[in-house]
Amino acid sequence: MRTIRNGLVLALGITMTALGATACGSGGDQTPAAANPNEHVELTLSTFTEFGYEALIPEYERLHPNIKITHRKTGQGGPYHQDLITKLAAGSGLADVAAVEEGHLSDVLDKGSKFNDLSKIGPADASPDRWLGWKYDAAKTKDGKVIGYGTDIGPLAMCYRKDMFKAAGLPDDPEAVKPLFATWDSYFAAGADYSAKTKKAWFDSAAQNFNAMVNQLPQGYIGSDDKLAVEGNQGIKDAWTKVTDAVAKGESAKLTAFSNEWNTGFKQGAFATKVCPAWMLGVIKEQAGPENANKWAVTAAFPGGGGNWGGSYLTVPTQSKHPKEAAELAAWLTAPEQQIKAFQAKGTFPSQVKALSDPALLSQTDAYFGGAKVGELFAEQAKKVQKPQYKGPGDGQIQENASSPALQAVEQGKSAADGWQQLVDQAKKITR
Amino acid sequence: MTVIDKVAPEGSKAGERTSPRPTFRHKLSRWDVKVSPYLYVAPFFIVFGIVGLFPLLYTAYVSMFKWKAGDDDPQFIGFDNFKELFADSQFWNALTNTVSIFLLSSVPQLIIAVLLAALLGARLRGATGWRVGILLPYAASLVAIGIIFANLFGPKYGLINGVLQTIGLDPVDWQASRFGSHVAIAIMVNWRWTGYNALIVLAAMQAIPKELHEAALIDGAGTWRRFTAVTLPLLKPTLIFVTITSTIGGLQIFTEPKLFDALPGSNNGGSTNQFQTVTLYLYQSAFENYNLGYASAIAWVLFVIIVLIALVNFFLTGRLARTPAVKKK
Repeated sequence: MRTIRNGLVLALGITMTALGATACGSGGDQTPAAANPNEHVELTLSTFTEFGYEALIPEYERLHPNIKITHRKTGQGGPYHQDLITKLAAGSGLADVAAVEEGHLSDVLDKGSKFNDLSKIGPADASPDRWLGWKYDAAKTKDGKVIGYGTDIGPLAMCYRKDMFKAAGLPDDPEAVKPLFATWDSYFAAGADYSAKTKKAWFDSAAQNFNAMVNQLPQGYIGSDDKLAVEGNQGIKDAWTKVTDAVAKGESAKLTAFSNEWNTGFKQGAFATKVCPAWMLGVIKEQAGPENANKWAVTAAFPGGGGNWGGSYLTVPTQSKHPKEAAELAAWLTAPEQQIKAFQAKGTFPSQVKALSDPALLSQTDAYFGGAKVGELFAEQAKKVQKPQYKGPGDGQIQENASSPALQAVEQGKSAADGWQQLVDQAKKITR
Repeated sequence: MTVIDKVAPEGSKAGERTSPRPTFRHKLSRWDVKVSPYLYVAPFFIVFGIVGLFPLLYTAYVSMFKWKAGDDDPQFIGFDNFKELFADSQFWNALTNTVSIFLLSSVPQLIIAVLLAALLGARLRGATGWRVGILLPYAASLVAIGIIFANLFGPKYGLINGVLQTIGLDPVDWQASRFGSHVAIAIMVNWRWTGYNALIVLAAMQAIPKELHEAALIDGAGTWRRFTAVTLPLLKPTLIFVTITSTIGGLQIFTEPKLFDALPGSNNGGSTNQFQTVTLYLYQSAFENYNLGYASAIAWVLFVIIVLIALVNFFLTGRLARTPAVKKK
C-alpha cells in the first residue's frame, strides 16, 4: 500500500514538474518593458466592428521601427465586451490597448483600478483640451483617473431612401425632407401615412429608434446614483409608447438590427428610413451594396434635435507589459490627424475639437449618398449634441437584453403593455 | 546512494537469491509489478483531476457565494443561489425548452439512424461512399451550420418560409413561436447527428452473426420479420448506448440555439426566451451578467440532472441488454 502511494506521489511529482516547467517556459520570455526606445516591443490592439485602423497601424510601425503591432479585430460589440470583462476578471489575456464602447464604459469604470491612468502615463500632447469636453470627461472614474482616450463619436442624422420617398409622393431632396424629421411626432406621423399608403415599412426596427430616443433623454435607464430608474422615468415610458404605437400602425419592418434578415432588408429595400449615427453610413454601404448606390440619402436633421449614439475609447489595462508604449499608441491613434484618416476610411466620426473644423473633414463627401457633404453634415449634428447622459453600470446590458428583446417581442405580436412589463422585469434582474 | 553501492555488488556476487535481504534490483522489480500499472494509468487521472474534477469541485465552492466577476471579496451565502434558482421561472422555462428540444431531436434521430443503418447494411454499390456521405454533416463546422440554418429559418427572407408560401401555406415566424423554434433547432441537431449515430448502429448490426439471419431465413422469416425479431433485439445495448450519449449531448445543447437567435451574440434565446436552453442561461448568467455564483449553481443542478438520467439509463441497460441477447436464438 505504501509503495503504491509513493508511486502516485512520484507520478504526481513528475507531472507537476513537467507542467511547472512549461508554465515557466511561457511566462519566462516576457521581460518587463525597458525605457530604451530601440528595444523591440510587441503590442496588441483589440477592437470590434470597424475602427478604420487598417492603414494606420502599418504607418505607426513605419514611424516606430522598434514596435510591432498585432491587431485583433472582432465582429460584434456584445461578445467583445463580454470577453473583455471576463479577461479583466481573470487578470490576463487582454490586449495592451483595448477598445471599449461607450455603452459598456460604465462597467469598465466600475473596475477602474484595473486600468492605467492615462493622464499620468500618457504623452503630454494628449491633453484634455484635445477632445470635446463631454467625451473626455465620460472616461473619468469617480476618483478622477482617466482610463480611456476617446476615439469616435456617433452624432445622429436621418438616412432615407430617395426612390421610395419619390414613389410615395414625398419630397426626396435632402433639404425638403427636413420638416418630416423635425420631431419624433412628425417622424412617426409621416411614417403612419407612408405605411398606410404603400403597405411598406417606414423604419427597420423598433429597438433602433427606441435606443436613439432614450439616448436623447437627460437621464437613461440608470440614475446618477447608479440605481435602476426605468419605472420612474417618464421620458423612457413616452418613447416606449410612441415606438410601440408606430409598430401597431405597421411602420416597422420588424428586422432585428445586425441580423442576417436585417442585412437582407437593406438589399431588398424593406424600409424607407433609418436612424443614422455617423458610423451607420459604412454599414448601409456594405449591406445595401453597390446596386443601391444613390438610392440612399442622408440629411442634417434628426427628430428632437441631435443625439449621440456610440463611439468608443482606447484603454490601457494594467495587465499590459508595456503600458507607456501602449499609451503612446493609443494617444497617436486618437490624435486629430489619425481620427480624420479613420473617418475617411470607415466613417468613424472624430471626437477631437481640432478635427471637427479640419477642412479635410468638412470637405468630405460621400458618393454613395448622392455626394452628400457628410463631414460638414455630421459636424453640424455633433454640435447639436448637448451634454450626453450619464450611463451607469448595466446600461449597455439593459439596452441589449431588456429593451431590445422586449421591443422584438412586441413586433412579434406581444401587447405593448406586456412588453413594457418584460422590459422592467428584465432590467430589474440585470441590475439586481 | 551509499546503500545501493553496498548492497548491489554483494547481491551480484552471490548470484543466488539466498541473501536474506532483497537486492535493490529485486526490490525494483517488485515495485515495477506493483506500482507501474498505476503509473501507466496515472496520466489520465492526473489530467482528469486538473481539468475535470477540480473545476467540478471549485464550481460547487463558487456556487455558495454571491460572486460577481472581478469581485475581490465575494460574499458567502450558502445555498441561497440554489433557493433562488428553484424559484426562478426563467430557469424552469429554460429546462422545459431543453427537454422539449431534446425530445424533438433524439426520438426521430434514433429512429432514422436505425433505418438508415439498415439501408446502409444492405448490398449497395459504392457502400463506403454512402457511409462516408452520411458522416459529412458531422464533419461540417457547427458555426457554419448554425448560420446557414438561421438563414434558412429566417422569418421574412428565409428559404423554408419561401417554400411554404409557394405551396400556399402561411409562413411561420420560426424565432417568435416557441414550438416552431424548437422544431427548427431540433432539425439542425438531427441533420448533424443522425449520420453519426447511424454509423454506430451499423457497426453493431454488422457484428450480428450471419448464422442467426440464415436460421431465421430457413424458418421462413421475411426481411421485416428478421429486422424486428433478430436485428433489433441484438441492437439493444448499442441503442441504449446511443441514447445515453445523445441524452447527455441533448441536455447540454448550446451552440445551435445561440446561433439561431436573430440578435447576433445574444444569449436570450429569442425575444421572450422561447428557445433559451439551460446552458444558454448558464452562459448568460456567467458571462453576460457576470453572476458567477448563480451560474455555478445552474451548472451543478444541470450536472445532477444529467447524472440522474445517465444512472436511469445505466440500470435500464443492465436489465434490457441481458435478457433478449441470451434468450433469442
